[in-house]
Amino acid sequence: MVTGASRGLGEALALELARQGARLVLVSRHLAGLETVVGRIRDAGGEAHALEADIGAKADIYPLAGAAAALVGPIDLLVHNASELGPTPLRLLLDTECEDFERVLEVNVLGPFRLSRVIAGSMALRERGTIVHVTSDASVNAYAHWGAYSVSKAALDHLSRLWAAELAERGVRSFSVDPGEMDTEMHRAALPDADRAALARPELVAPRIVQLIRSTSVASGVRIELDSLGARS
Amino acid sequence: MKPATRPRIRGEQERLLVIDPVRGGFADYQIEDLPQFLAPGDALVLNDAATLPASLRAGPELELRLMSQLDDGTWLALCLGRGDYRVPTEERGAPPALAEGAALAFGHGLTARVRAIDVHSPRLLYIEFEQRGGELWQALYRAAVPIQYAYLRAPLALWDVQNVYAGRPWAVELPSAGKPLRFETLFRIAARGVTLASLTHAAGLSSTGDPTLDARLPVAERYELSHETATRLLAAKERGGRIVAVGTSVTRALEAASMSGTLRGGTRHTELLLDGASILRTCDALLTGLHEPGTSHFALLEAYAPRALLESAFGHAQRAGYLKHEFGDSCLILRGSLDSSDAGRTLEWRQAG
Repeated sequence: MVTGASRGLGEALALELARQGARLVLVSRHLAGLETVVGRIRDAGGEAHALEADIGAKADIYPLAGAAAALVGPIDLLVHNASELGPTPLRLLLDTECEDFERVLEVNVLGPFRLSRVIAGSMALRERGTIVHVTSDASVNAYAHWGAYSVSKAALDHLSRLWAAELAERGVRSFSVDPGEMDTEMHRAALPDADRAALARPELVAPRIVQLIRSTSVASGVRIELDSLGARS
Repeated sequence: MKPATRPRIRGEQERLLVIDPVRGGFADYQIEDLPQFLAPGDALVLNDAATLPASLRAGPELELRLMSQLDDGTWLALCLGRGDYRVPTEERGAPPALAEGAALAFGHGLTARVRAIDVHSPRLLYIEFEQRGGELWQALYRAAVPIQYAYLRAPLALWDVQNVYAGRPWAVELPSAGKPLRFETLFRIAARGVTLASLTHAAGLSSTGDPTLDARLPVAERYELSHETATRLLAAKERGGRIVAVGTSVTRALEAASMSGTLRGGTRHTELLLDGASILRTCDALLTGLHEPGTSHFALLEAYAPRALLESAFGHAQRAGYLKHEFGDSCLILRGSLDSSDAGRTLEWRQAG
């Protein structure tokens, strides 16, 4: 299962996982975009299903997990890629509405917790499964204006470590990966003036993440930086 | 015995009545005590089916309860008439007569056609949804709610009817024996050297509200036992470990899978009913809810322990205030589970209650 799979890194991860034979459930609030991705996977002979859900909405989680397991069976890989920046242009904390901060935490922290909680129980029982958290260098660096997003990603990193600590003996792996700065819609929304030519392309980043997922040498609980780019403005 | 009238809340005491068929006795414990009754080499087998929201409304006059999905993708469904979940099923109005080919609309874009009507009862329909794949499951989860029970104070939400380890939504009602189990307890059990194993059993409707139809339950229920799990369970048994089934559905699946004489993995359907005359080939012990004499669940318990002992134990449970039904207390039937130090444990409880 890949969340936030209608575009950007999520789309690229879905396409790469499908190329490598995964049977996929793709999740997004944007059904039309998802269906385009599903169509491309099916045209190439792969299996993918589109499920519309808001990861930040509590009521969406059990229906999502249930429908997903009905479609492809027990989930062995869960990629928390869906992410919320908050309102753009990004704001100073002093200018951030509490409701906007809450929404970012709902999508970036509570949603992944709720979804893992529903899905990782079956993983723990079957002693098989991998949970991947897509993070950002904003989780370890305090960049002005990145407040809510930055806090949410720091919490997400720690959530990843805690799943690893609690599930290590049950054969379930959890790690977080910072893909670096990529040329995505989210990046344009956050930093519209960035030089796009200097940004990594999601379709080149995705295979490296899939390699980590497949590699048995990636220890549970780690935080992996695919590369380290310069400080943000 | 009184039913639990709502899902249990965190921290609430959940009781475990331990019944020992060898000693011919029983004693009161709590569900957190379960690990101490299991030994290294034993295997605890769970039904990992998630619970489907299986109750659909096609207007005020018609509720459909999904009973089972057949291999061709059609569903067997039970029709109930006017009335909501507060009306016991046996008092619900008669559902409208439906003809073959009739169209059904459940809202949220979910529609179906009646493919056939059961020869024995017009209340049993074979329906085919008109959506497929993700569109079908998304619409089903939006349009349907979990099957509700008249004895509950408030309607059940989808999360109320899931076990913590649930995976594929094959069950139409909660496989409730697993409901009191939290991972804290399961991990402690695993840490004792007990194998945690699972199968998936499509637990069906517990009741239709119609005695004639109830007599036909269970309809054939699908189960899947992986070859890997079958091998692990056989190995555990060979080494002297005991197979502890969590729930009547796990018992029926494991015993159905043992009909050839030895446990075999695979995906099959079973209508197997067990009772005091049944010889259990695989299961050694059972964790389940409290079931009253006269029910098919109670009859299954007789495969594990003599009726007189069960009646005596459940008589005690009733007096001691144990709760029955989906969110009720538990009982463990395990040979050799009790010793002389357990004498008096029931008395303590009776005084406390």
